[in-house]
Amino acid sequence: MPLYYDDDQAMLAETAQQFMSEEGAIAKQLRHWRDRDCKDGFGHGLWKQFAEMGFTGMLVDEDDGGLGMGHVEAGIVLENIGRNLTPSPFLSSSVLAATALKHGSDDVRGRWLPGLIEGEKVYSVAIDEGAKHRPETIACKAEKSGNGFKLSGKKDYVVYGASSEMIVVAARTSGGDSDADGITLFAVPQDASGMSHDSVRLVDSSMASHVTFDGVELDGDAVIGEVDGGREVLNNMLMAGRVGAAAEGCGVASGAMDMTVDYLKQRKQFGKLIGEFQALQHRAAHLYSEVEIARAVTIKAAQLLDGGSEKADLMASVAKAKVAKAAGLAVKEGVQMHGGIGMTDEYDIGLYMKRDRALQEFLGDMYYHAGRVAEMSGY
Amino acid sequence: MSDLEAFRAETREWLEANCPPEMRQPVRDEQDIYWGGRNATFKNDAQKAWFEACRDKGYTVPEWPKEYGGAGLSPAEGKILRQEMSRMGARPPLSSFGIWMLGPALLHFGTEGQKKRFLNEIAAGEIRWCQGYSEPGSGSDLVSMQTFGEDKGDHWVVNGQKIWTSYADEADWIFCLVRTDKQNKYQGITFMLFDMAGEGVSTKPIKLISGNSPFCETFFDDVKVPKSYGEDIPGYVGEINRGWDVAKYLLGHEREMISGAGGGDRTAAIGAAMKRNAGELDAVLRAELAMFDVDALAYTAMGEKFLDEMKVGKGHPAQPNMMKYAGTELNKRRHELMMAAGGSRALEWESDETSGGKPARNWLRTKANSIEGGTSEVMLNVISKRILDLPGA
Repeated sequence: MPLYYDDDQAMLAETAQQFMSEEGAIAKQLRHWRDRDCKDGFGHGLWKQFAEMGFTGMLVDEDDGGLGMGHVEAGIVLENIGRNLTPSPFLSSSVLAATALKHGSDDVRGRWLPGLIEGEKVYSVAIDEGAKHRPETIACKAEKSGNGFKLSGKKDYVVYGASSEMIVVAARTSGGDSDADGITLFAVPQDASGMSHDSVRLVDSSMASHVTFDGVELDGDAVIGEVDGGREVLNNMLMAGRVGAAAEGCGVASGAMDMTVDYLKQRKQFGKLIGEFQALQHRAAHLYSEVEIARAVTIKAAQLLDGGSEKADLMASVAKAKVAKAAGLAVKEGVQMHGGIGMTDEYDIGLYMKRDRALQEFLGDMYYHAGRVAEMSGY
Repeated sequence: MSDLEAFRAETREWLEANCPPEMRQPVRDEQDIYWGGRNATFKNDAQKAWFEACRDKGYTVPEWPKEYGGAGLSPAEGKILRQEMSRMGARPPLSSFGIWMLGPALLHFGTEGQKKRFLNEIAAGEIRWCQGYSEPGSGSDLVSMQTFGEDKGDHWVVNGQKIWTSYADEADWIFCLVRTDKQNKYQGITFMLFDMAGEGVSTKPIKLISGNSPFCETFFDDVKVPKSYGEDIPGYVGEINRGWDVAKYLLGHEREMISGAGGGDRTAAIGAAMKRNAGELDAVLRAELAMFDVDALAYTAMGEKFLDEMKVGKGHPAQPNMMKYAGTELNKRRHELMMAAGGSRALEWESDETSGGKPARNWLRTKANSIEGGTSEVMLNVISKRILDLPGA
């Protein structure tokens, strides 16, 4: 498969680009909700529009009412989300939760997928326990209780958790905290008693919860996949989410880069456009090269994932790490090259820096994933 | 079975029958590479047999047309042949600047007469070419070159000096940029072809920090260069005074080649191999290797995308400059890390264990990657202007 978009994908890219730059624009969404101190952190109206565009259920199988598309397509939507800093539950709901739900029973899929596809419901995932992404260790416990389970423990960085109708929770049903086996995934509904949110606004104006499960009673049909066999579901979810986050990061990187390169062509100092200075030209050109490479490996990882390749896991980590590097460079160079106005809230470049910071941390940062690449390579 | 599958089977069979086992070993030293030319000697019978088999089959230049000494393979067939050769570890039967550089220029700009003569000579390994581009005062600013050819009617008299002429001391002919109009900077250069054995040509090898001398200084002292070598065989490529077009075309070609876009060793991950060699890795070195491997694996995907896009004419025309910049910088970093992981063993300049100081010499050699064929700084200039459309100069 060649490493560029086929005709259908190119058409989707055009549609997504147009839609997101209009409806998902920074002024219309990010600033709008932020400046009103919206507790959701995103607009439900836009989420409905996502559904009308066919985005919400794009990864859901056609038999379940979705579009049965792949991660290259989801990546196209995410890249445009990144470019426009569009606050949306797409990554959490339509990529992460949707990937987990693929493993669910007919009942589980029937209960949760229609609301997602319609844009009526928003879902989140609860993986991290602590300030860093360490999915190898899961201490949150679900003990057998009657016909169901009793869930206890804490989860962090649950994006849009308080606004979610359902949260996919990775919990331990057997074994020790660091065991690979003994994990089970649960679809925990919003009204589950004993679940509480400490919802916090993050640096990028998104909302995330510290979630506490205090003996939350769950039915047996809350289980997604097999009891104790959740590691595979979790891994698939993580791969999808990492490749998705990388795609969004590519959008953040290229959005910040384009804005900065435009600025170099407008701003004058010493009687010259600052883009005429070689010191800035070379930094911009180096940045271009990093962003291009990051995009290439992100599309590669998405293709491998869609093709069910054994290499997908490795390349998902390569992509996540490479994008983190490139996008981190893009926003830092962006603010610096904008000079003083880059520090102002009025200019958008700082918003890119803030979104990049949050996205870097989501599902593992550059250091985590580079370390993972080393481990998977055998050193 | 599709035509391509049949071709693969046929190719595999032919290679099995014709590539001697010795020619399936990795290249160890300079003598393992056969460059051809008037004074060429074979290191052993296997090298000779392999070269002759390929020459007769058109496989020294598989994708060139048959009438010019190639096998007329389609790009898809050429790729299959490369894959099959790489699978068995077959060495290239013939290496030459004629194949890599002059050939593509002649295929693009040459007359029928030039193609018939020069391409066939290259394909058969009869003539070894070298490239006369840089001058002592004209490196990155190549177009400022001064070597001058005075028009004497049916010939030029050339005076001047070239530098960084690869293997000039062993080459038979040179393709050389010569100024033929002092008033016109860009449209005053002619891409000449002439015999190095002619009177007034001399060469002097330059010893490099790697201890090797792959480059020379080349001097021209009243060298007579004919304007024609026979009917339809001009002594220059393209038009007189328009050699810069040919040079630019070739530089683009060279950048693609140096960028390592085809993948291979220079872009692969190295962490695991370093651990096998070094045993325990220092924590910070391991971290650096991990960050390198991320970049290397990502660059490999970029190379794949670059080639895929090139095949269908997508991608920015200046993209080879980005590939060359990123690829060469990556390769330098690779060898820095290999030296660090290699420790004191990697310092050995002459020992059997290091095959004559290979790690150190290769490490030093890579420093030229981001200088030759356009420096990294020039690549960044080109990206700034042609891709990012930044203002000025």
